[in-house]
Amino acid sequence: MEHKNWNGFVKNTWQDEINVRDFIQSNYTEYLGDSSFLSGATERTDALMEKVRALFAEERKRGGVLDIDTETVSSLTAYAPGYIDKDNEIIVGMQTDSPLRRGVNPFGGIRMARQACEAYGYKLSDKIEKEFEFRTTHNDGVFRAYTDEMRAARKSHVITGLPDAYGRGRIIGDYRRVALYGVDRLIEEKKKDKKNLANGDFSEETVRLSEELHKQISFLGYLKEMAAMYGFDISEPASNAREAIQWTYFAYLGAIKEQNGAAMSLGRVSTFFDIYFERDIKAGILTEEGAQELMDDFVIKLRIARHLRTPEYNELFGGDPMWITEAVGGMGKDGRTLVTKSSFRMLNTLYTLGSSPEPNITILWSTSLPENFKRFCAKVSADTDSIQYENDDVMRPLHGDDYAIACCVSAMEIGKQMQFFGARCNLAKLLLIALNGGYDTSSGIHIGPQMEVINGDTLDYYVVIERFNVYINWLARLYVNTMNVIHFMHDKYAYEKTQMALHDTNVTRFMAFGIAGLSVVADSLSAIKFAAVHPIKNDEGFITEFDTVGDFPKYGNDDDRVDFMARDIAHTFISELRKTPTYRNAIHTLSVLTITSNVAYGKHTAATPDGRKNAEPFAPGANPMHNREENGALASLNSVSKICYADCRDGISNTFSITPDALGKNEDERISNLVTVLDGYFSRKAHHLNVNVLNRETLIKAYENPDDYPNLTIRVSGYAVNFNKLSREQQREVISRTFHERV
Amino acid sequence: MISGRIHSFQSLGTVDGPGVRFVVFFQGCNLRCKCCHNPDSWDCNGGELYSADEVVAKALRFKGYFGDKGGITLSGGEPLLQSDFAAEIFRLCKKEGINTCLDTSGSILNDSVKELLSVCDRVLLDIKYTDSESYRQNVGCELEAVIEFLDYLNAKKIPVTVRQVIIPTVNDSRENILKLKEIVSARPVVDKIELLPFRKICQVKYDNMSIPFPFGSLPEPDAKMMAELNEIIK
Repeated sequence: MEHKNWNGFVKNTWQDEINVRDFIQSNYTEYLGDSSFLSGATERTDALMEKVRALFAEERKRGGVLDIDTETVSSLTAYAPGYIDKDNEIIVGMQTDSPLRRGVNPFGGIRMARQACEAYGYKLSDKIEKEFEFRTTHNDGVFRAYTDEMRAARKSHVITGLPDAYGRGRIIGDYRRVALYGVDRLIEEKKKDKKNLANGDFSEETVRLSEELHKQISFLGYLKEMAAMYGFDISEPASNAREAIQWTYFAYLGAIKEQNGAAMSLGRVSTFFDIYFERDIKAGILTEEGAQELMDDFVIKLRIARHLRTPEYNELFGGDPMWITEAVGGMGKDGRTLVTKSSFRMLNTLYTLGSSPEPNITILWSTSLPENFKRFCAKVSADTDSIQYENDDVMRPLHGDDYAIACCVSAMEIGKQMQFFGARCNLAKLLLIALNGGYDTSSGIHIGPQMEVINGDTLDYYVVIERFNVYINWLARLYVNTMNVIHFMHDKYAYEKTQMALHDTNVTRFMAFGIAGLSVVADSLSAIKFAAVHPIKNDEGFITEFDTVGDFPKYGNDDDRVDFMARDIAHTFISELRKTPTYRNAIHTLSVLTITSNVAYGKHTAATPDGRKNAEPFAPGANPMHNREENGALASLNSVSKICYADCRDGISNTFSITPDALGKNEDERISNLVTVLDGYFSRKAHHLNVNVLNRETLIKAYENPDDYPNLTIRVSGYAVNFNKLSREQQREVISRTFHERV
Repeated sequence: MISGRIHSFQSLGTVDGPGVRFVVFFQGCNLRCKCCHNPDSWDCNGGELYSADEVVAKALRFKGYFGDKGGITLSGGEPLLQSDFAAEIFRLCKKEGINTCLDTSGSILNDSVKELLSVCDRVLLDIKYTDSESYRQNVGCELEAVIEFLDYLNAKKIPVTVRQVIIPTVNDSRENILKLKEIVSARPVVDKIELLPFRKICQVKYDNMSIPFPFGSLPEPDAKMMAELNEIIK
């Protein structure tokens, strides 16, 4: 197939089938040079960003939400076009009719929408209340099907954060397809796929798919309508760089108008855009300054994306992140790097527009990346604390070279793989429930197999392990079954029509489970094995505290005795999960990721044998517990690197904070040292690293005088947050974390 | 297998020698510097016993982070007090291709120390003051001993980084820095001078040990002072 808008591109199979990867591989230009070619922000960009900063300040002033449109149910064509400054925007499109005005999306559950409006002094309109009176939401469906045990698990917080009252998110549409092919071609292909279903038997699965394809096709139509409202016809392929970015952004915008999923990630667009930039620059119709300006305007749009959440949700996740994750860099299967000038341009937005948590820029790190790019990344980390790193060398063999990251650490091949998000279970709580024979002292709920409270004055390691395994077995099955209910209902009542239209019709599905409290459990088991742990019981005979006598190896010191315990827990848990079949035959995966909810998980968990007190926060993700690391940063990194990615294919999150002084004596040394640390960590097959280069004092100052630090960004667990958007409790927890300091 | 007393390990050292380094702090010191940052490393009977093998096995766990420049640094305490042990660690490191660096006061030079220096890729030499009187008063050894040590390194062509902690009112004068420059320029083996700002965060260690911090009442130098002094040595 040919198209005039493809002139100048190298022809290949991408023309005959939907195959963005083939287009990229056939056309991109790798870039091995340094950052000296980059342009700064133009006057136009500065002026526009100034307006956006004023809006952010106003939003903060109003308690975090600028405005809500309570009359309209969010969808692709529900709102009149919105602008920041119509005449000065070069990429357009807004979620509602005005910047930072939030739309209402009750498809996940009407109660959540109602509460969110009320929390900010608004009232969901009667019109919407009426509309949803007779409508089943995802939330309604889930609670119709939940068993008593599922409800109890939720209530006791042994499984929490489940997407049963809001959009599940974590799905990445291949938004680039709209730019490369135009919507008409995509509709045509989907129609073909639907027609082909007629050749087979109409099983339940096929009937469902047939209806889903119908929805996908109709939403591709809405997407065109939405773009037309802004004066663009996106039926045909984009003809230049500006259109390529605009078309891609429209596709993403359609997705976030339709869905309020927890994480609405972007994918991997920089190198795709680069092909269009190169073509325009070669044709003499674009300059470097112009290219950066387009990238900047696109990123401004991403920075003002918002969803309406309840304050409880914001408290759990630290502000209201969207996890607009953009994967940058990585290597191709053929050995060429996927780093292009536009990888630099994307990172450069942290200078042209200032540091920011969104988009969630994720470097796909390979030890083979060009040295210049590695150094630029390290510089950006040290300057902005806004980017994270994930190991391309462990993900590429599993996901190919056109995958992206959903949310924080979830890899999936773009347009070919999706996931059913499953939050996480609290393994530290589970250990306590096991010791108490099926009773959770924090919530006062009897749950799981009922047996005697474990006896003896001193806990016996082998008895504890045997019992813990019984409860792991029980929870794993319950967890899979609960997820099956949630995702059956989400598909039924809140199917992602726009995003799935931008996937292949036959996709691979993952079911992504998670664990919290890994370091607490590892240290607790280590204490039981290597020290003497005496349980202390309350009047009712349940264990509520522990008297731990003697020293024990602690996770985070590169000590195999305890590090392998952490590794083995993850392995045991995923092995147990795999025993229960999943909805739509999804592949079971596991993450060690808490986001900022490590504070909330700790709050709901009684004292543990490792010496952690009742309600004390967990360490985030796979991090060692704070201040238990005695041998410095690399020992801590080594400990985390022992957890196997093969067991935790949904990601292993580690956050690393170091003071500038501890990283090197001057900027050049700091950059070189950070590069070798990253190379060293990832060559051990570790998966993820958040890097913060800052002083604890800066955070303390920001804690005391938030207004002086409106843009202070820090990496927490798989994403970045604006420090001021964290709750006071989360801020204190972040301050208390281990900062690797100069000795 | 020879063993020795270790105070602690730091897996990510970036300020004691080039690149990313695994730093081993030896236990025990023959000096009592009034500006000392690690009083807890003085006691020669303290710390924990490790064999040279065990220390190198630990270092090897971090080899992947060293890049082209990094490696191991022995610091302290004073590593020269356990020079046989230190030499064995360095020999084993060399076998594994690990770059070796010694952080020392340079106050002891005997055959065992010479043996150690023969397997050392770089010395970080603390020249604490540039006059004999200050050495006697504030350190407890002779400047001449340190100069002799430096001359030996110069003769053996072992690369040296000279370091000095700048303590306001004690050694922050222009004359002192010029003198340091003079000492260094006569020994071409020194390829770098590092002036380090005096820091008092170690006060808590003195408090824990219930002993006075002799220089605890002196101010820390500000960035401006450091920049000015650094300008002189350029």
